[in-house]
Amino acid sequence: MSSDIKIRVHQLSKIFFRKNSSVHAIRDINFEVKNGEFVCLLGPSGCGKTTLLRILAGLEKPSGGSYEMIHGDRNKPLQSMIFQEKGVIPWMTVEENVAFGLRMRHAPKNETKERTDYYLKKVGLWEFRKLYPSEISGGMKQRASIARAFANDPEILLMDEPFAALDEQNKYILQEELLSIWEETKKTVLFITHSIDEALLLSDRILLMSAQPGTIVREKIIDLPRPRKIASVRSNPKMGKEFVDIWKHLQEAVNGNLKGATTSLPNEVY
Amino acid sequence: MEKEVIMAASQPVAYERKKWEKSQKKQNYYRTLTLFSPITILALWEVLSRTALIDPRFFPPPSTIIVEFVHLAVNGNLSSHVMISLYRILGGFFLGVIPGILLGLLIGMYKPVRYTFQPLVMALMPIPTLALMPIIIIIFGITDFSKMVTIAGSVFFPVCINTAAGVSNIDPIFVDVAKNYGAKSKDYFFKIALPGSLPVMMEGIQMGQAIALLTIVAAEMIGANSGIGYLIWMDYKAFILKGMYVGLVIISFFGYFFSILLRFLQRRLIPWQK
Ligand SMILES: Nc1ncnc2c1ncn2[C@@H]1O[C@H](COP(=O)(O)OP(=O)(O)OP(=O)(O)O)[C@@H](O)[C@H]1O
Ligand SMILES: [Mg+2]
Repeated sequence: MSSDIKIRVHQLSKIFFRKNSSVHAIRDINFEVKNGEFVCLLGPSGCGKTTLLRILAGLEKPSGGSYEMIHGDRNKPLQSMIFQEKGVIPWMTVEENVAFGLRMRHAPKNETKERTDYYLKKVGLWEFRKLYPSEISGGMKQRASIARAFANDPEILLMDEPFAALDEQNKYILQEELLSIWEETKKTVLFITHSIDEALLLSDRILLMSAQPGTIVREKIIDLPRPRKIASVRSNPKMGKEFVDIWKHLQEAVNGNLKGATTSLPNEVY
Repeated sequence: MEKEVIMAASQPVAYERKKWEKSQKKQNYYRTLTLFSPITILALWEVLSRTALIDPRFFPPPSTIIVEFVHLAVNGNLSSHVMISLYRILGGFFLGVIPGILLGLLIGMYKPVRYTFQPLVMALMPIPTLALMPIIIIIFGITDFSKMVTIAGSVFFPVCINTAAGVSNIDPIFVDVAKNYGAKSKDYFFKIALPGSLPVMMEGIQMGQAIALLTIVAAEMIGANSGIGYLIWMDYKAFILKGMYVGLVIISFFGYFFSILLRFLQRRLIPWQK
């Protein structure tokens, strides 16, 4: 049962209809995600990544096509989303935020307490649990957001650039924390990013998207051994090649030119 | 070549303490200012009135107002007027605030409710409830309840409008969060809509409090035989301006007291706001 399909997306399209200027955000998206797989969606800004994720999260209706998320264990929620920023609710303490999902689905009190406490400790927010979001840093808020999703114990996690607004160091720390939590829970993850490094570090597989209207143009299997650490992924020469390859693709996608203009690489990366 | 050297204090703690002490002094200075401005005005009034530079018949010296206040309080019927007014104010206040909050929340949460009631609220708001007092008295008689209804009618609008604005100002991302985590409408109401709108709602309630005081005096002037407004009116008609001023001072004290009470409540209810 470990390699069965968890998410199946078929010819999914979304058009934002306006009287004068409709936006074709995504077109004919097809992909599958296996149970327990960590998949990153990588694409240029505005290509419809958020739109796709919001559809899967039940916050938006698709214009065409279909998707299916297989609900295995009926005692668990199907999916939870981790929002890009500002997802923590200002009028709840850190603790109440982390417990939010469990409270909303009326989980038993002791289970709620147990899971909340566990993930508060796990993400290092235990001492800050009584504070309000306005009293903690941006990195801590994002930790609370992650803890809330994991505490809710869904089968699928949908993450929309959760670390994009963080500074480098916080980002690395949180990426490794996410990996370590994910490795012990083995949830199915669909993770949006526009950072190539982040995608290489985290994922089993990367789906590359084209510019608007977004569609999936390529996939890459990242078969680095786990558990992964930033240092080892960074120093792996194979990953350097992958980076260049994806970088070229993104340039092409942005330029809308599949032959590829002369690409200049940031030489400090590798 | 120019060089700028900033000399840091050799003892940073002592340096910061000095700065802190300075800021404390400043704080005290501001506090004295707030205290002194009314005292200065009162003193000036006293002097001008006693020297008859302003007409003491219209502006009796504050000291005589205090004497009159004590006199009325000891004679006993002042406290009964104050109590009856307080009763009407509180009754009318809650009679206006509670429906105001409820309708405001519904308007903020549900589009059909909004489109049905918002135009009505907008159209009715400019009508002074005081102008409707004759009708209110015909319906409810010269009772305490008719004053409460008058106050409620004035308090209702700012509370309702602010509450609705508070709800619609909630960042849509929290609505998404609630939806994604499976909040039912009851949970959405209590965990998102109510707390999210509280800051703006409280501003409306603060406004409503002030309006309640404005309304009670006028309402009791028109149709009552007790209360502070009645007292003010009778003293005014009998040209006992000292008594009238006593009534005004009491109302002003009420306003001050209720504001402080509400601010305190606000800090308690909205602990996440710094
Ligand atoms: N509610 C909406 N109404 C109209 N247009 C929208 C709406 N949401 C998204 N769009 C449009 O759809 C396109 C895709 O947006 P989306 O937010 O999915 O991009 P994205 O890939 O997440 O970009 P980024 O990396 O910058 O977050 C954009 O052109 C955007 O303007
Ligand atoms: Mg996005």
